[in-house]
Amino acid sequence: MRDWTLKREWIYGWLLLLPAMVFLFAFTHVPAVTTLINSFFSTPRGRRPAKFLGLANYDRMLNDPVFWKVLWNNLWFALGTIPVSIGLAILMALWVNEKLAGRGFVRMAYFTPTVLPLIAVANIWLFFYTPGFGLFDQLFGALFGTAHTNWLGNQATALNAVMVVTIWKEAGFFMIFYLAALQAIPVSLKEAAEIEGAGRWTVFWKITFPLLMPTTLFVSVNAVINSFRLVDHIFILTDGGPDNASSLLLFYIYETAFRYWETGYAATLTVALLVLLSALAIGQFFFFDRKVHYK
Amino acid sequence: MSPSAEKKLAGKSIELQTVAKVWDGTRAVDGVSVQVPAGSFTALLGPSGCGKSTTLRMIAGLETVDEGQILIGGEDVSRRPSSQRDLSMVFQSYALFPHLTVAENIVFGLKVRKVPKAERAERLKRVADLLGLSPYLDRKPAQLSGGQQQRVALGRAIIGEKPICLMDEPLSNLDAKLRHEMRVEIRALQQQLGFTMVYVTHDQVEAITMADQVVLLNQGHLEQAATPRDLYEKPGTPFAARFIGTPPMNLLPATAFEQLAGAGTLQLGIRPEAMRIDERGPVRARVQTVEYLGADTLADCLLGTAPFQVRLSGDSRVVPGEDLSLGFDTADLHVFDDATGGRRDDLISEIGAQLRS
Repeated sequence: MRDWTLKREWIYGWLLLLPAMVFLFAFTHVPAVTTLINSFFSTPRGRRPAKFLGLANYDRMLNDPVFWKVLWNNLWFALGTIPVSIGLAILMALWVNEKLAGRGFVRMAYFTPTVLPLIAVANIWLFFYTPGFGLFDQLFGALFGTAHTNWLGNQATALNAVMVVTIWKEAGFFMIFYLAALQAIPVSLKEAAEIEGAGRWTVFWKITFPLLMPTTLFVSVNAVINSFRLVDHIFILTDGGPDNASSLLLFYIYETAFRYWETGYAATLTVALLVLLSALAIGQFFFFDRKVHYK
Repeated sequence: MSPSAEKKLAGKSIELQTVAKVWDGTRAVDGVSVQVPAGSFTALLGPSGCGKSTTLRMIAGLETVDEGQILIGGEDVSRRPSSQRDLSMVFQSYALFPHLTVAENIVFGLKVRKVPKAERAERLKRVADLLGLSPYLDRKPAQLSGGQQQRVALGRAIIGEKPICLMDEPLSNLDAKLRHEMRVEIRALQQQLGFTMVYVTHDQVEAITMADQVVLLNQGHLEQAATPRDLYEKPGTPFAARFIGTPPMNLLPATAFEQLAGAGTLQLGIRPEAMRIDERGPVRARVQTVEYLGADTLADCLLGTAPFQVRLSGDSRVVPGEDLSLGFDTADLHVFDDATGGRRDDLISEIGAQLRS
């Protein structure tokens, strides 16, 4: 009798889990495993089925100069966008956390880039960057008398121009998290520190910043993932060019898979991306764990 | 308590001169003038919303002073930031830094002021021994009990050896037993170290037992500033009379007494504990309800239509519905003028005689 009720509970349990599990498997686990399997096979074409290649795809990847180029680009992209957008987010959050006129409006203005779709945002920035009559050229031309600059068409500036858009897009989003975290810090802590003689700078570095650490961990994990994930604006702004100067790993995977239709090799690149991301996420948790104070 | 800690500080005096705080047109603190002598223990007492915390925060420099002046040690500090007022403060919530250990919390101010490491360690040891915190120095505040957190907050306040210490309802988060212990301890600490203490509380027992001077506030106004004994024996206003003492003082309109039919707008105050059963006493009342408390019996009575309370000894057997004759000493009578709200000590003997006639 007891066995029977136990079994019934099991069935209920599995039934409750089932809907979420189906979606999780169908869209996350199965594709991940399939990708891993595909990465060892050649790309099937027409009547020629996929052939097992062993590590040949991986060998090709390691010898692919474009792969190293986009990986390097991605590293710079991450290093350039993450600290700046987090720093900006903290600054903006500190500012709109103060009592100031039109606070609600400023908060909304900061959040706008997050609400707008990245494709639309990229189109706006495309106008800003346009040589000759774009915002930047007009501004710099009027201020410093500089000549026309092709921000997006120059190998030296293309990646940086893409990075600026990303920072603009991400900082407002991260600010919301910091704003929420700042409001959870009791005012009396700041007051106690002030009475003990601490200035604004000391209060920030000794009290506020350490107490924001859980948020910083959360935001930086998100930022790292985003730096590999957000490539929509590259399609609009530069299409990866010139000469892959602004191409990132995910963009290269997309090109390989859906423009050149080399799905086998694209699967190999995807495995590399997954390994990289998991390593980064795990590394971040271990690195931050000792420095983060959870309440 | 270790003898090494018995280093006396020179406290500084505090003077409030018609200080006011205005929030959107409401005067939260309205023209309060108080003298706090150096090295004394002053309690700011009053019901919630009376402006006592705001007054303390203005002394601390956490709120701006809208009108009037605050003088510390004779110097006007009304416009100075709190870091330059040379004082320490214990918050109601303790405001301990949750990411720092007990030791780091206590020495925070010394570190900010760049006190050398050796001196920091020495002072920390002294304070930790004094407050019994030595075993917990490496813990985070969340790993401590409420009483221990309270001690850490105290430690952070006294390690700086500031001449003034402000406390904002520091005991309100503790249970009754711990509160009693900490009351004794804080008072002892203040007398031992010699700093000036301003202590905010809504609990009259805390104020009466700890303070040299009690400043009673009501709706932003100063009701009375006096020693605890004076406040109990000679309350300046009907509010002060009702606020101090449990159960509160009975305030009866003079017209309730048939002997005083022509007395006009006066209120007579008699404490429940000052009344006794007296066959020839001037108060003839009917008992409404009786509360037996062991040592005492509290009887709610009616004099005409005016209700009042009497505290009788535990063995007196009064029953509801009984008619009582009650008496009291003329010295225990308080007379307040309804029109001005002030005491009329000049009328006490006259009214006492009239009641007896």
